[in-house]
Amino acid sequence: MSTPSSSAPGAGSEVPNESSDNAPEGVDTAAADSASLDTVAIDTVAIDIRELLRADAEAAAAEAEFADTDLDATDAAAAEAADATPAADPAPAFDAQDTGAGAGRPRTLAEKVWDDHLVVKGENGSPDLLYIDLHLVHEVTSPQAFDGLRAEGRPVRRLDLTIATEDHNTPTLAIDKPIADLTSRTQIDTLRANAKEFGVRLHSLGDLEQGIVHVVGPQLGLTMPGITVVCGDSHTSTHGAFGAMAFGIGTSEVEHVLATQTLPLKPFKTMAITVEGTLRPGVTAKDIILAVIAKIGTGGGQGYVLEYRGSAIRQLSVEGRMTICNMSIEAGARAGMVAPDDITFDYLKGRPHAPAGQDWDDAVAYWRTLQTDDDAVFDAEVFLDADTLEPFVTWGTNPGQGVSLSESVPDPSTIIDPNERASAERALEYMDLEAGTPLKEIKVDAVFMGSCTNSRIEDLRAFASVIKGQKKADGVRVMVVPGSARVRIEAEAEGIDKIVEEFGAEWRFAGCSMCLGMNPDQLAPGERCASTSNRNFEGRQGKGGRTHLVSPLVAAATAIRGTLSSVSDLNEDAKRETVGA
Amino acid sequence: MEKISTLTGVAVPLKRGNVDTDQIIPAVYLKRVTKTGFEDALFAAWRGDPEFVLNQEPYKNGKVLIAGPDFGTGSSREHAVWALRDYGFTAVLSARFGDIFRGNSGKQGLLTGQVDEADIERLWAAIEAQPGIEATVDLIEKTATVGDLTVSFAIDDYTRWRLLEGLDDIGLTLRDEAAITEFESRRASWRPRTLPVK
Repeated sequence: MSTPSSSAPGAGSEVPNESSDNAPEGVDTAAADSASLDTVAIDTVAIDIRELLRADAEAAAAEAEFADTDLDATDAAAAEAADATPAADPAPAFDAQDTGAGAGRPRTLAEKVWDDHLVVKGENGSPDLLYIDLHLVHEVTSPQAFDGLRAEGRPVRRLDLTIATEDHNTPTLAIDKPIADLTSRTQIDTLRANAKEFGVRLHSLGDLEQGIVHVVGPQLGLTMPGITVVCGDSHTSTHGAFGAMAFGIGTSEVEHVLATQTLPLKPFKTMAITVEGTLRPGVTAKDIILAVIAKIGTGGGQGYVLEYRGSAIRQLSVEGRMTICNMSIEAGARAGMVAPDDITFDYLKGRPHAPAGQDWDDAVAYWRTLQTDDDAVFDAEVFLDADTLEPFVTWGTNPGQGVSLSESVPDPSTIIDPNERASAERALEYMDLEAGTPLKEIKVDAVFMGSCTNSRIEDLRAFASVIKGQKKADGVRVMVVPGSARVRIEAEAEGIDKIVEEFGAEWRFAGCSMCLGMNPDQLAPGERCASTSNRNFEGRQGKGGRTHLVSPLVAAATAIRGTLSSVSDLNEDAKRETVGA
Repeated sequence: MEKISTLTGVAVPLKRGNVDTDQIIPAVYLKRVTKTGFEDALFAAWRGDPEFVLNQEPYKNGKVLIAGPDFGTGSSREHAVWALRDYGFTAVLSARFGDIFRGNSGKQGLLTGQVDEADIERLWAAIEAQPGIEATVDLIEKTATVGDLTVSFAIDDYTRWRLLEGLDDIGLTLRDEAAITEFESRRASWRPRTLPVK
């Protein structure tokens, strides 16, 4: 058995950067185009279900919105792979030598993880074949993958690297009752039958480890630094918070990984996102990533793996880092990563599937080598000042349409780019907002606290710390949905359920819930919601629903005041009351 | 995936251009959980029309589709290929294809041959002279024959090779199985395992 530090490719050192540098300009554009198209295949499944649920003639528009914005760069790689030249000669496995700086030219974190998973190095433009350490499966994107295996008589190659759970369709109330919606029930029943037939570990509704797939992997200690993680879900980028390379894949790739435990992938470009300084009270990881996306745009990360760096990132908990990496896909990136450090190791140690004993020591020794080398060069760099950052909120219908909460709804006529201006005009119409309206004057009908972006125990604690002893604003519906059954139980042990219920909010069972409304948790047409989720697309949370993406702290303050609010607004309220008394 | 060298079957003239994947299979069918059984979904919006070509007796068992230009544009849904395949089509000839559709086809054993627009017209005329006539598509020679008429088609070398060898993406990767197994033998013991359950 090799030691952790013995699997670095000398030959791999020329992989990612040079290839992308040498690629003609048009290549990336083509990849981006096929990415946006290709993603339709995955996401239309979700869309169509909602379309049926609501008999919504306008869902086609929502689909187009998804297709344009819901980038899944890995599919681009798969599309490129289709055009690759044969060159199927298996490259000789690389020599074992020391990893890290000793392995030739300086490399980034992402390049190191890539190199250490190279099974066959692609030649003449064909993709690299990468080994996948962990495959997460859920009910929406897996049925046809299992069907494909069945048709070809293929088994799952590595059951011990595969785990499934139910999340997108699961109800968050009355989970002991049969699922009312037939499509949802069929998808879940199909996953159960497939898991049984093929022998895949499955955590079903009602199980302690059931929950949003991106909450389940980390809580079990399966997500760890220096590994590759895939899942048929674009928010797989979440796991990059540990220093793993994690990306979403389409159904064909799900089948490919089930059958071979590998994926053919084209190399990527690297982008450093450096966030220096210290966040002010009331400002969180969610505000960092919303600000990053507003800065680089929903397509700014296309073709890149993002590495979040700098003192503000180092100060974040692993759960905060997960929030940031989670939304890398909203900037169009293939993946987002944070180099592992002692905070990562402390979070991981002792979890059920974390390495133990000698394995732990070996792993930590290897993980410490993964940091980007000092003189490594990124293909692009972005800087953000944490000291001046304020709570952030989106005003439009894509995650890049965000501003500081203290600002006003922007005036589209001031936007120079004609496409962006038109997009802003459409967004304001859909959102029923007037340019120039202070964001803090916007009233909401609902608050959603949940999703793979913000449903972990720290998120619930942050939310509870603000609402404790308060009552929600009249007429505002507040829903709190833990990310997993285990998170729910942990929260209940801390009394968070009681705080939520005394506040007047609904305490639900775990799942994706109102983030995408595949289950009954949806907004009514015209309803406005402050949501801790990740996508504010038209109709995402329910047909005609209007979404403002916010942090858990802003969600809590908004639930109290009934208008988009920060925690500091609550403090101002308290001061006024004191003076008034 | 089965190896393909020559295909013979009833030729169907689809005299329309810009047949996008929403027309090949409407979105409403994408909710299914299987990868087969989409034959009823193929061209679903047109199947109710008795005049539609597949509703005409000679063409009901069509195997070779000869379509107008820009076939398979739009959404990348793989279901478009599944629907054609499930109906019984083994090859589609057109002057131009949507890129992603063509890629998806190659991966799943549906032959897509690019034929000059004038030759498509000639093929249509030859078929309509004898409705129900078979076409033979020769992947080795890259030709399509209907009766006395033989036209050539273009297909990229990589896709042609994959079809001739019967290799889907997974089959292609499994040619490297020795390298995968060798890689696995060196996989460090600290790396994650979902089993046994802990």
